[in-house]
Amino acid sequence: MSSPEIQVRIPTILRPYTNSEKVVTAEANNLGELITALNVKYVGLGERLLENNELRRFINIYINDEDVRFMGSLAATLKAGDSVTILPAVAGGCK
Amino acid sequence: MTLRISADHVAKILEQSRVEYPDECCGVILGPEGSDKAVELKPMINAAHSPTFYEFDSKDLLALYRELDDKSQEIVVVYHSHTETEAYPSRTDIAYASEPNAHYVLVSTRKEIAPESEFRSYRIIDGVVTEETVEILSV
Repeated sequence: MSSPEIQVRIPTILRPYTNSEKVVTAEANNLGELITALNVKYVGLGERLLENNELRRFINIYINDEDVRFMGSLAATLKAGDSVTILPAVAGGCK
Repeated sequence: MTLRISADHVAKILEQSRVEYPDECCGVILGPEGSDKAVELKPMINAAHSPTFYEFDSKDLLALYRELDDKSQEIVVVYHSHTETEAYPSRTDIAYASEPNAHYVLVSTRKEIAPESEFRSYRIIDGVVTEETVEILSV
Protein backbone atom coordinates (compact mmCIF):
# COMPACT_ATOMS: atom_id res chain seq x y z
CA MET A 1 0.00 0.00 0.00
CA SER A 2 1.44 3.35 -0.92
CA SER A 3 1.74 6.21 1.54
CA PRO A 4 -0.36 9.35 1.18
CA GLU A 5 1.20 12.41 -0.41
CA ILE A 6 1.53 15.20 2.14
CA GLN A 7 1.89 18.89 1.40
CA VAL A 8 4.59 20.61 3.49
CA ARG A 9 5.04 24.36 3.94
CA ILE A 10 8.68 25.39 4.24
CA PRO A 11 9.75 28.54 6.15
CA THR A 12 12.00 31.14 4.49
CA ILE A 13 15.08 30.10 6.41
CA LEU A 14 14.87 26.49 5.16
CA ARG A 15 14.09 27.30 1.53
CA PRO A 16 17.75 27.17 0.50
CA TYR A 17 17.29 23.39 0.93
CA THR A 18 14.20 23.22 -1.30
CA ASN A 19 15.37 25.24 -4.31
CA SER A 20 13.38 28.17 -2.85
CA GLU A 21 10.11 26.20 -2.98
CA LYS A 22 7.57 27.36 -0.38
CA VAL A 23 5.48 24.21 -0.59
CA VAL A 24 6.84 20.74 -1.27
CA THR A 25 5.35 17.25 -1.12
CA ALA A 26 6.50 13.89 0.16
CA GLU A 27 4.85 10.53 0.85
CA ALA A 28 4.63 9.29 4.42
CA ASN A 29 2.38 7.64 7.01
CA ASN A 30 3.78 9.56 9.97
CA LEU A 31 5.92 12.57 10.73
CA GLY A 32 9.14 10.61 11.19
CA GLU A 33 8.72 9.02 7.74
CA LEU A 34 7.90 12.40 6.28
CA ILE A 35 11.13 13.94 7.54
CA THR A 36 13.10 10.97 6.22
CA ALA A 37 11.41 11.31 2.82
CA LEU A 38 12.02 15.07 2.76
CA ASN A 39 15.67 14.55 3.59
CA VAL A 40 16.05 12.21 0.61
CA LYS A 41 14.66 14.85 -1.75
CA TYR A 42 16.23 17.85 -0.02
CA VAL A 43 19.50 16.70 1.46
CA GLY A 44 20.34 18.38 4.76
CA LEU A 45 16.79 19.47 5.57
CA GLY A 46 16.28 16.61 8.03
CA GLU A 47 19.22 17.70 10.12
CA ARG A 48 17.68 21.14 10.54
CA LEU A 49 14.54 19.55 11.99
CA LEU A 50 15.98 16.74 14.13
CA GLU A 51 18.64 16.39 16.76
CA ASN A 52 19.45 12.92 18.15
CA ASN A 53 16.34 11.61 16.39
CA GLU A 54 14.07 14.03 18.27
CA LEU A 55 12.40 17.17 17.00
CA ARG A 56 14.58 20.18 17.66
CA ARG A 57 13.26 22.24 20.56
CA PHE A 58 13.00 25.46 18.55
CA ILE A 59 11.37 24.02 15.47
CA ASN A 60 7.58 23.88 15.51
CA ILE A 61 5.80 21.47 13.20
CA TYR A 62 2.05 21.41 12.78
CA ILE A 63 -0.24 18.88 11.16
CA ASN A 64 -3.12 20.98 9.90
CA ASP A 65 -3.72 23.25 12.95
CA GLU A 66 -2.19 21.09 15.66
CA ASP A 67 1.32 21.24 17.10
CA VAL A 68 2.78 17.74 16.61
CA ARG A 69 4.13 17.79 20.18
CA PHE A 70 0.54 17.14 21.26
CA MET A 71 0.11 14.37 18.68
CA GLY A 72 3.02 12.07 19.47
CA SER A 73 5.77 14.10 17.75
CA LEU A 74 7.57 11.91 15.20
CA ALA A 75 4.95 9.15 15.62
CA ALA A 76 2.09 11.53 14.70
CA THR A 77 0.14 9.86 11.92
CA LEU A 78 -0.52 11.41 8.54
CA LYS A 79 -3.39 10.72 6.19
CA ALA A 80 -4.29 11.84 2.69
CA GLY A 81 -5.16 15.52 2.57
CA ASP A 82 -3.14 16.49 5.66
CA SER A 83 -1.02 19.57 5.40
CA VAL A 84 2.17 20.06 7.40
CA THR A 85 3.62 23.45 8.35
CA ILE A 86 7.17 23.92 9.61
CA LEU A 87 7.90 27.13 11.55
CA PRO A 88 11.02 28.02 13.48
CA ALA A 89 10.18 29.32 16.95
CA VAL A 90 10.42 33.06 17.46
CA ALA A 91 12.44 33.08 20.65
CA GLY A 92 15.44 34.52 22.40
CA GLY A 93 16.41 36.23 25.59
CA CYS A 94 19.12 38.04 27.44
CA LYS A 95 21.20 34.99 28.45
CA MET B 1 20.89 49.34 6.30
CA THR B 2 18.27 51.39 8.08
CA LEU B 3 15.10 50.58 9.95
CA ARG B 4 12.40 53.18 9.29
CA ILE B 5 9.80 53.10 12.02
CA SER B 6 7.06 55.45 13.19
CA ALA B 7 7.43 57.37 16.45
CA ASP B 8 4.10 55.85 17.50
CA HIS B 9 5.42 52.28 17.09
CA VAL B 10 8.58 53.15 19.03
CA ALA B 11 6.49 54.64 21.86
CA LYS B 12 4.18 51.60 21.95
CA ILE B 13 7.06 49.10 22.07
CA LEU B 14 8.76 51.01 24.89
CA GLU B 15 5.45 51.23 26.75
CA GLN B 16 4.88 47.48 26.36
CA SER B 17 8.39 46.77 27.68
CA ARG B 18 7.61 48.81 30.81
CA VAL B 19 4.18 47.27 31.35
CA GLU B 20 5.49 43.69 31.05
CA TYR B 21 8.59 44.33 33.16
CA PRO B 22 10.11 42.30 34.87
CA ASP B 23 9.33 39.84 32.06
CA GLU B 24 10.73 40.28 28.59
CA CYS B 25 8.12 41.54 26.14
CA CYS B 26 7.96 40.62 22.47
CA GLY B 27 6.09 41.22 19.25
CA VAL B 28 6.31 41.91 15.53
CA ILE B 29 5.58 44.63 13.04
CA LEU B 30 4.09 43.41 9.78
CA GLY B 31 4.21 44.97 6.36
CA PRO B 32 3.41 44.11 2.74
CA GLU B 33 5.61 41.29 1.35
CA GLY B 34 8.86 42.61 -0.06
CA SER B 35 8.15 46.22 0.97
CA ASP B 36 10.39 46.45 4.06
CA LYS B 37 7.71 48.82 5.44
CA ALA B 38 6.83 48.41 9.13
CA VAL B 39 3.09 49.02 9.11
CA GLU B 40 1.12 46.93 11.58
CA LEU B 41 2.28 46.52 15.17
CA LYS B 42 1.32 43.20 16.78
CA PRO B 43 2.34 42.71 20.41
CA MET B 44 2.70 38.99 21.16
CA ILE B 45 2.40 37.08 24.42
CA ASN B 46 5.70 35.91 25.85
CA ALA B 47 4.76 32.27 26.45
CA ALA B 48 7.90 31.85 28.58
CA HIS B 49 6.75 34.60 31.02
CA SER B 50 10.37 35.10 31.97
CA PRO B 51 12.76 37.98 32.71
CA THR B 52 15.49 36.22 30.73
CA PHE B 53 13.69 34.49 27.86
CA TYR B 54 10.92 35.05 25.37
CA GLU B 55 9.11 32.72 23.03
CA PHE B 56 5.95 33.15 20.98
CA ASP B 57 3.24 30.66 21.92
CA SER B 58 3.17 27.84 19.36
CA LYS B 59 -0.52 28.36 18.46
CA ASP B 60 -0.06 32.14 18.21
CA LEU B 61 2.91 31.54 15.91
CA LEU B 62 0.87 29.40 13.52
CA ALA B 63 -2.00 31.92 13.57
CA LEU B 64 0.46 34.73 12.82
CA TYR B 65 1.95 32.96 9.80
CA ARG B 66 -1.52 32.02 8.50
CA GLU B 67 -2.47 35.70 8.73
CA LEU B 68 0.70 36.70 6.88
CA ASP B 69 -0.16 34.27 4.09
CA ASP B 70 -3.76 35.46 3.86
CA LYS B 71 -2.78 39.13 3.67
CA SER B 72 0.43 38.70 1.61
CA GLN B 73 2.36 40.28 4.45
CA GLU B 74 5.67 39.47 6.04
CA ILE B 75 7.38 40.06 9.37
CA VAL B 76 9.35 43.29 8.92
CA VAL B 77 10.37 43.70 12.57
CA VAL B 78 10.78 41.18 15.40
CA TYR B 79 11.19 42.99 18.70
CA HIS B 80 11.81 42.04 22.30
CA SER B 81 13.05 43.61 25.48
CA HIS B 82 16.03 42.85 27.67
CA THR B 83 15.16 43.64 31.24
CA GLU B 84 18.53 44.25 32.87
CA THR B 85 21.08 44.07 30.08
CA GLU B 86 22.13 46.00 27.02
CA ALA B 87 19.84 46.15 23.98
CA TYR B 88 22.24 43.95 22.01
CA PRO B 89 21.50 40.43 20.66
CA SER B 90 22.52 37.72 23.11
CA ARG B 91 23.91 34.36 22.07
CA THR B 92 20.40 32.96 22.43
CA ASP B 93 18.96 35.70 20.23
CA ILE B 94 21.52 34.97 17.54
CA ALA B 95 21.04 31.20 17.74
CA TYR B 96 17.26 31.44 17.26
CA ALA B 97 17.09 34.31 14.77
CA SER B 98 15.29 32.70 11.86
CA GLU B 99 13.96 35.52 9.72
CA PRO B 100 16.79 36.61 7.44
CA ASN B 101 14.66 39.45 6.04
CA ALA B 102 13.60 40.91 9.39
CA HIS B 103 14.93 43.80 11.43
CA TYR B 104 15.60 42.56 14.97
CA VAL B 105 14.76 45.36 17.39
CA LEU B 106 15.92 45.24 20.98
CA VAL B 107 14.90 47.60 23.73
CA SER B 108 16.23 47.62 27.25
CA THR B 109 14.43 48.46 30.43
CA ARG B 110 17.58 48.38 32.58
CA LYS B 111 17.23 50.85 35.41
CA GLU B 112 20.54 52.63 35.16
CA ILE B 113 19.47 54.22 31.89
CA ALA B 114 15.73 54.62 32.58
CA PRO B 115 13.75 56.65 31.64
CA GLU B 116 16.01 57.02 28.60
CA SER B 117 15.33 53.70 26.91
CA GLU B 118 17.59 52.00 24.45
CA PHE B 119 15.98 51.20 21.11
CA ARG B 120 18.34 49.52 18.64
CA SER B 121 17.97 47.47 15.47
CA TYR B 122 20.00 44.67 13.91
CA ARG B 123 20.14 42.23 11.05
CA ILE B 124 20.94 38.71 12.19
CA ILE B 125 21.84 36.42 9.30
CA ASP B 126 23.65 33.09 9.61
CA GLY B 127 24.84 34.01 13.09
CA VAL B 128 26.25 37.38 12.03
CA VAL B 129 24.91 40.49 13.79
CA THR B 130 24.99 43.83 12.01
CA GLU B 131 23.66 46.89 13.81
CA GLU B 132 21.77 49.33 11.61
CA THR B 133 20.59 52.90 12.01
CA VAL B 134 17.06 53.60 13.19
CA GLU B 135 15.17 56.40 11.49
CA ILE B 136 12.13 57.47 13.50
CA LEU B 137 9.38 58.88 11.33
CA SER B 138 7.03 61.47 12.81
CA VAL B 139 4.02 60.31 10.77
